[in-house]
Amino acid sequence: MTLYDFAAAPFVEFGFMRRALAACLALSLGCGPVGVLLVLRRMSLMGDAMSHAVLPGAAIGFLAAGLSLWAMSIGGFLAGLAVALLAGLVSRVTALREDASFAAFYLISLAGGVLIVSLRGSNVDLMHVLFGTILAVDDAGLLLVAGIATVTLLTLALLYRPLVVECFDPGFLRAVGGTGGRLGALCHLVFLVLVVLNLVGGFQALGTLMAVGLMMLPAASARFWAEGIATLALTAMALAFASGIGGLLLSFHLNLPSGPSIVLVAGAGYLLSLALGPVGSLRTRWFPGRHLEA
Amino acid sequence: MKRSFAASLAMAMALFALPALAEPVKVVATFTILGDMVRQIGGDEVAVTTLVGPDGDAHVYEPTPADARALGAAKLVVVNGLGMEGWIDRLVKASGYKGPVTVTSTGVKPIAGEEEHDEAGHEGHDHGHDHGAHDPHAWQSVANARIYADNILKGLVAAAPDKAATLRANHAAFKAKLDAVESEIKAALKPIPRKDRKIVTSHDAFGYYGKAYGVTFLAPVGMSTESEAAAGDIAKLIRQIKAEKIKAVFVENIADPRLLEQITRETGARIGGRVYSDALSAADGPAATYVDMMRHNLAQFTKALAPAS
Repeated sequence: MTLYDFAAAPFVEFGFMRRALAACLALSLGCGPVGVLLVLRRMSLMGDAMSHAVLPGAAIGFLAAGLSLWAMSIGGFLAGLAVALLAGLVSRVTALREDASFAAFYLISLAGGVLIVSLRGSNVDLMHVLFGTILAVDDAGLLLVAGIATVTLLTLALLYRPLVVECFDPGFLRAVGGTGGRLGALCHLVFLVLVVLNLVGGFQALGTLMAVGLMMLPAASARFWAEGIATLALTAMALAFASGIGGLLLSFHLNLPSGPSIVLVAGAGYLLSLALGPVGSLRTRWFPGRHLEA
Repeated sequence: MKRSFAASLAMAMALFALPALAEPVKVVATFTILGDMVRQIGGDEVAVTTLVGPDGDAHVYEPTPADARALGAAKLVVVNGLGMEGWIDRLVKASGYKGPVTVTSTGVKPIAGEEEHDEAGHEGHDHGHDHGAHDPHAWQSVANARIYADNILKGLVAAAPDKAATLRANHAAFKAKLDAVESEIKAALKPIPRKDRKIVTSHDAFGYYGKAYGVTFLAPVGMSTESEAAAGDIAKLIRQIKAEKIKAVFVENIADPRLLEQITRETGARIGGRVYSDALSAADGPAATYVDMMRHNLAQFTKALAPAS
């Protein structure tokens, strides 16, 4: 098998592979930077919680309007946002920390979602739908994912500085008070909206659980390759897209399900970065002088 | 006024008295298709209990205690045979049922199970069980349905000899319906050239149908599991459809309609609607009786196979 047969032929021969590739690219562009900010904010696990929180909204959307991309996406978005806002509110108003209130709300949301799914009777259909596959992305799905990536990148460009400040030191803008405090709250809110948006886009293409994989794994891997936030975000995008290509090819040649393949490639990328990356990886910790000797 | 009151009173009394006069024979059928046939032939003379309900899968059914109770009260049990209901022997034993069991497929010339699927490289089995040597879905050929009807008539007459006349009349009427639907099937498929009658389906239930009416049913390559789709499998399916010039795909394993859209977009094949093979639909569905099911499936097949206009 030549390199062309391996890497290019699947995409040349089959339209659904090209669509999947385009969806991967769009997802990577949006999820990469958002994932990096989540990692910096020490909210890596929040992505996972949010992805579960999306479930009941998508389920209600499905029950209300059938297999409508928009109904399910809007439902998922609203449910995810509600959980994020409620959790944020509880952590600001009461003594409960944000992670605990997130856990509480996403568990409620998840249980509600499973309940709604089961009410439909034949839950097999809905599970297939909820765990969407990137091979089935249609025009509307592509537009949605691409639109979300565009909105994400534009918003990040617009709110870059306050967002970064918010990420490194959530207390700072609040401590500044006045407009700064309000700006901090606004940034936090906008950031949560971006997280939920990207998860909804990813869930549409990859399924709820896998969407987080493409968001968090490249972001975590990027930490071992770069230091500045902009380079981190770019690295995360590149790694996410590479995982998408690798996962699709794996899925094509070895007949593996596409969603898990993509996430596992991203996971392998993480393990490699962890071991060999130039910044703070195991290699630099255990053999600190080696690259100087060489 | 007075007279009409008296008349309605008499009518009401007659209505109340009716069940007492003609106690229907209790019959248990294993799944909906047999249940419908028994109902067609038995009419008001029988009360049919169907163990596996509409849209249920009789292959992998788990009997409930209520089923054992229904069996215990029955005067006749109607099963398909050919290894269709692997659970029925145990259930009969457990319920203590001692009466006759009508095996409707008796006299059917069985075809080997999974033959066509093996040709197409089908691995595993959609239902996750083994049919044994024979394909049990014999009712998919109307000719076999006639044998089923004869067997059911025999069983019912033995269970209720005093109602034989009514049963025979119903049986004749049912067979007339079968003849009608069979000529419909043949007439509808006739204009479609034999070589074009190719359908890819994940249903493994159309072996007899294909043999009787000259339709080639191919199993989708690689679509043997209900798990998430792999890119390689989709690619193989698309190649298969293109290579064999298949017109229609009826694939229920791919539950995601968006995935089906992708396949149609790339191949030009049409995706068929829902067809019924092992179970009838609910009473308000498109396939509430056996004859309705055959008609509905025919409509789906011909719609998908019809030359593009």
